[in-house]
Amino acid sequence: MSTQDRAGSDPATDEAGPTHGGPDDDYSPERLAGMQREDLNRLGARYDGVEVLHVDPPPAPGSGLEKQAERQVAIAFGLAGLFALAFAVVYFGSDWFLPDWQWDSEDNGWSALYTPMLGLTMGGALVFIGVGLVLFVKKLLPHETAVQDKHDGSNFDRATTAATLMGGLDKTGFPRRKMIGRSLGFAGGAMGLMLIAPLGGLIKNPNKGNPLGTTEWADGVRLVRDDGSPIRPGDQEPGSLETVFPAVEGGNRAADAATMLIRLRPEQMANLRPRDGQSDFGYGDYVAYSKICTHAGCPVSLYEQETSRILCPCHQSQFDVLQGAKPVFGPASRSLPELPITLDDEGYFVARSDYIEAVGPTYWNRERI
Amino acid sequence: MATAVAPGQPATKIGKAATEIDERLIVAGPLRRTLNKVFPDHWSFLLGEIALYSFVILLLSGTYLTFFFDASMAEVPYQGSYAPLRGVEMSQAYESTLALSFDVRGGLFIRQIHHWAALLFVASIVVHLLRIFFTGAFRKPRETNWGIGVVLLVLALLMGVTGYSMPDDLLSGTGLRIISAILLSIPVIGTWAHWAVFDGDYVGDAIIGRFYIVHVLIIPAIILALIAVHLLLLIKQKHTQFPGPGRTEHNVVGNRLFPAFAGKATALFFIVFGLCAALGGLVQINPIWLWGPYNPAQVSAGSQPDWYIGFLDGSTRLMPAWDINLPGNYTIPALFWPTVVVAGAMFTVLALYPQLERKLTGDTASHHLLQRPRDVPVRTSVGVMALTFYGVLWMSGGNDVIADKFDISLNAMTWVGRIGMVVLPPVAYMISYRICLGLQRHDREVLEHGIETGVIRRLPSGEFIEVHQPLGPVDEHGHGQLTYAGAPVPKKMNQVGGARRAVKGFFSPIEQPSQVELASQQERRGLAAAEADEPVGSGRPSEGGRPSEGGRPQDPRD
Repeated sequence: MSTQDRAGSDPATDEAGPTHGGPDDDYSPERLAGMQREDLNRLGARYDGVEVLHVDPPPAPGSGLEKQAERQVAIAFGLAGLFALAFAVVYFGSDWFLPDWQWDSEDNGWSALYTPMLGLTMGGALVFIGVGLVLFVKKLLPHETAVQDKHDGSNFDRATTAATLMGGLDKTGFPRRKMIGRSLGFAGGAMGLMLIAPLGGLIKNPNKGNPLGTTEWADGVRLVRDDGSPIRPGDQEPGSLETVFPAVEGGNRAADAATMLIRLRPEQMANLRPRDGQSDFGYGDYVAYSKICTHAGCPVSLYEQETSRILCPCHQSQFDVLQGAKPVFGPASRSLPELPITLDDEGYFVARSDYIEAVGPTYWNRERI
Repeated sequence: MATAVAPGQPATKIGKAATEIDERLIVAGPLRRTLNKVFPDHWSFLLGEIALYSFVILLLSGTYLTFFFDASMAEVPYQGSYAPLRGVEMSQAYESTLALSFDVRGGLFIRQIHHWAALLFVASIVVHLLRIFFTGAFRKPRETNWGIGVVLLVLALLMGVTGYSMPDDLLSGTGLRIISAILLSIPVIGTWAHWAVFDGDYVGDAIIGRFYIVHVLIIPAIILALIAVHLLLLIKQKHTQFPGPGRTEHNVVGNRLFPAFAGKATALFFIVFGLCAALGGLVQINPIWLWGPYNPAQVSAGSQPDWYIGFLDGSTRLMPAWDINLPGNYTIPALFWPTVVVAGAMFTVLALYPQLERKLTGDTASHHLLQRPRDVPVRTSVGVMALTFYGVLWMSGGNDVIADKFDISLNAMTWVGRIGMVVLPPVAYMISYRICLGLQRHDREVLEHGIETGVIRRLPSGEFIEVHQPLGPVDEHGHGQLTYAGAPVPKKMNQVGGARRAVKGFFSPIEQPSQVELASQQERRGLAAAEADEPVGSGRPSEGGRPSEGGRPQDPRD
């Protein structure tokens, strides 16, 4: 085939090639019937703008190379089948003729291996199918280098399409009949609003009451542990921390009520500097701070009594217990709110009121409520 | 009756069936055009395919999981087969996730495949995006497809976040709490947005059901539609390709879809699926039964989000405590900047990058040939700079783990991140810029002087020279006349046929050594071919010298 009749662009000149038209007139059924399959293949490709430049033939039929490649592909496919079969045996056979698949946390035998075996067998089956296909394409298919033309947009298409569109618009007369256009624009806008209006069902007023500023704590509510037991002074060692909840229904799962009751050591007591106006919030050597981080709301949990610091594990804000839980490092900007506590008649810890400020993360109008 | 069929009429059964179909659907033409479509051949063009195949795996495994998952936050006592949690109060979401892990045959396996495929999905999207970025494949006319790709990445992240929150274990609940705080931190509308998403204050009883429908219907439907547009545009605009012999702005050189490319693509699908299956079975991921049900008062230290959220965790840790207090007692919380603003800015810049580059370079032409990263040092260095910034944030997302394992102060790690995210990106820019220029110069040097052969020759005058192999015709000074055309330049003798091909066969040769030798000589490349017909001169390339003698082992390898 000479370069003149090659369909498509010439790489040397870097110009787009000609487009191709309908071939049925040029190729009668008789003519096509007289062509070899490979010629038909190339002919069709040329009509799609594709030219096969170069073919590296596959290994010769019957040659050692071909036999080796065929063997490799067959081994890969065979292994894939074996793995798939093994998957079925493990999956169905467990609890039938094999031990039970259900995992008992004490068991380190078959049930602990069940999921790994499923992964191994299914993974093996799928990977070997893929490997076999790769080997087949690389070793047994002819390596063809084809080149396809890339067409830029056609000026003819642009001009005719624009004429069709603009002609249609002219016929509607919208540019002239302005009243129709305007009323349609109005209707369209209003309809759009109507269609998104039901999303209003999602909107709720967050400022009704003060949901972000209040918790379950109130005057006289006992401080209890997760299991509901109340706490007396003397239950805790000096220097220790206990997480407490309000003694109300569901108090131990409430999102914002979790509180840390900390008993300070005597040397800590000497250095205690509560926030302004909150010096009477503690009771004796006990102080109670909100456990909800003022940064992103994670429970601050790690209390290092040597440094009197509480660390939030999410973003590592650190709060100094001796300075009214003031943030001393990290991204938090506000102190953990302190819960005013005292003892009730029976000698158990109770809250004197709710937190006097919002607990948890900062928000836009927090200071206003 | 004659048995011969008329011309154009099929004789075989399959042929007749195909004709019947085509008479109704007229698919022969479009099918032939599809089969003939040429795909350029380069490994980096498969990265997007990995993302596509991971998405298919996600759809299959995710659909299976919906048969068992119950997105309800109603509290139930656990009665299932995992003894350590029996009797514990938990949400039905967590209970059903435990049930599908322990009481559904193979359920844990599918759940872990789903999680691994999700990690792979985001990872392959990111690596695919980097390939597109560093080779300039986003340039006109492909800006739209770049934009769709960025939207797909954001949707993939949202899929990850919603999916991660659904099991309602302690880890996912902690993540949900942070999502709640981020919503609250938005100025003006924060509390309203939170109330709209959570149906009230944190945590309420609606959020998991809402995340569920977003995760299994809304986002997957959008992703499917966008993938369809992404691929249609790709077919319409055809592939980009690296510059090389015969490759121009007006053609695509490679393999036709059928059979070579189809075979490779199918193989890749099975290999990706197989790796996900193997990971899903062999490598445990997110063992939710160890974390326990969500409890607002509990948290586990050292817990990490999925890898693709790590950079936001890091930026949040590094951000100083800078609340902005506005007149009227309004506050913009510090949390707003490292989450909403950093993520929003990153993805906005990413989406607009093709337009930015067009504006800054003034290059408005269409491009179908890719650029090697070294040839566009500014873009490459900007990309490396952005990656370094991302890398510092990402590393800081795990700075507590690093501090713990390497016994470093946690606060020191935070400061390393704070300083690093400002100082390291410009340094990375300068280093990659120099590397790009160095690589460019080396390409030109090899084109001009040839490949170093490692052969030192002593000339009659006593001068020692290293023999260079020119890559093409040389002028009277021995300088190569090839110009750089954006394609890789061979740098080693073996890349130009310096070594003969080994004879194939594992246990015993399956080829005749003499035939291999003959074939390599017939290819007329490399030194063996050159030896056959080149005269011996002084040894200087300019005088027709040849570099071969002594340049490679003289003993026959076969």
